[in-house]
Amino acid sequence: MILQAIAFWVFASITVAAAVMVISAKNPVHSVLFLILAFFNAAGLFVLLGAEFLAMILIVVYVGAVAVLFLFVVMMLDINFAELRQGFLQYLPIGLLVGLVLLVELAVVVGGWVISTDATARATAKMPAVDQVPNTDALGQLIFTHYLYLFQGAGLVLLVAMIGAIVLTHRSRPGVRKQNISDQLARDPKETIEIRKVQSGSGI
Amino acid sequence: MAEFWTAYLWPLLWIVIKILAIVVPLLLAVAYLTLAERKVLSAMQMRRGPNVVGPFGLLQPIADGMKLFFKETIIPSGANRGVFILAPMLTFSLALIAWAVIPVGAGLVLSDLNVGILYLFAISSLGVYGVLMAGWASNSKYAFLGGLRSAAQMVSYEVSMGFVIITVLLVVGSLNLSDIVMAQKGSFGMFNWFWLPLLPMAVIFFISTLAETNRHPFDLPEAEAELVSGYNVEYSAMTFALFFLGEYANMILMSAMTSILFLGGWLPPFDIAPFTWIPGPIWFALKIAFCLFIFIWVRGTFPRYRYDQLMRLGWKVFLPISLAAVVIVAGFLVTFDLVPA
Repeated sequence: MILQAIAFWVFASITVAAAVMVISAKNPVHSVLFLILAFFNAAGLFVLLGAEFLAMILIVVYVGAVAVLFLFVVMMLDINFAELRQGFLQYLPIGLLVGLVLLVELAVVVGGWVISTDATARATAKMPAVDQVPNTDALGQLIFTHYLYLFQGAGLVLLVAMIGAIVLTHRSRPGVRKQNISDQLARDPKETIEIRKVQSGSGI
Repeated sequence: MAEFWTAYLWPLLWIVIKILAIVVPLLLAVAYLTLAERKVLSAMQMRRGPNVVGPFGLLQPIADGMKLFFKETIIPSGANRGVFILAPMLTFSLALIAWAVIPVGAGLVLSDLNVGILYLFAISSLGVYGVLMAGWASNSKYAFLGGLRSAAQMVSYEVSMGFVIITVLLVVGSLNLSDIVMAQKGSFGMFNWFWLPLLPMAVIFFISTLAETNRHPFDLPEAEAELVSGYNVEYSAMTFALFFLGEYANMILMSAMTSILFLGGWLPPFDIAPFTWIPGPIWFALKIAFCLFIFIWVRGTFPRYRYDQLMRLGWKVFLPISLAAVVIVAGFLVTFDLVPA
């Protein structure tokens, strides 16, 4: 028990510290690396909660794919961040004011938020008992049996977003030479090569 | 005090002993893999290979290690110090921690996670960070280009690797690595292993592991003809050695993964007398050695891919085939009522 408590405090404190470093690091690449550290420790917290499937998915998806592309882009940025920060103190009061307003609004909204007991009962009724099924199975049952349509809907939204991104960024440039492998394979020696007997002494 | 010993100290000590029992043979295997690669390559190119240091050149890895150990570690003045030093350490430790879940025999595993294959997949997808960080922190155009190439390449091939793993999981019905091995046990011995029922997937998986470990013919991140030597060009001495060892440890890890998923892990090729006398870990080591030989064989045989060909293979060939295979395998299992409980 005490080991778990120690592990929790280690993971939790590193997560928070890394999250603070994400927004305070001077170098954007360092920020992304701290973000990855935060993801990693969040995965550790998931493991402590007994949600090992979620922990692994968090690492595979966020650390292994999303953050790589993020790092990829940030590494190639050529921005002088010292210059960007010049007016920082000047704008600090306004920023703090906006943040405070948002915080108060959030507190008002969330404070008055009551989830009806009916809804929670309906949601938990479908949940398989965690101590009987491994959480991979439990998630599978929930997503692919009870909430299949919602899952498919979420998939469609992502598909639309993906196609949208491709449509917005894709441009066909004329004059770009590309290798077309099926064209290359379809070439027939009979049509492209002509073999002639050359008489010695006379050219073609 | 006695309770403290039995409850905390002894389990900790026992885990450390088990970790050493995994890591020490692994590091020895890494050292001798470098020698094996040079020997096999030289045999393929009809020359002798290393044969001066020790009998048959057997002490060559130790000589190489000593050389790298006594050289000076140079950190370029324009480099980002912290990240520059962190990158090789990350590569090397990631290559080691993955072994925590690899079962080398029946029940012989440090941590029998029930999401073992996901853990392996997660750790292998992290390998890209070492390369990317090294490329960026070196503050050199060659290293940077190598890092970028590697990132794009590893992310591309991970996708089809993931789908191949899903086809295996569909057949097994569990994410536990020991369960995956035991599911391949059957009356036909080695023809029950998944390499035959899932043959195209096994080939795609192996080729993807070549790309994932940045090995020939996909070693574009360190293409020496265009990028000097890619992401590790600014590294020297032990920092370079850690990258080198990490790459070879990753090769062994990927071979172990291929062995577990498609070559029946520690199972003997036939379940009859002379084969069952040999203990499981030895079969497992032999299968890993077989996969490693193919790694080296490929290096000795194929020319390097062009970058656009590499991307085409990953996204336009492997991804559709493996995606279709997931649907086909799932459909087959449902139609013939073979879905594991």
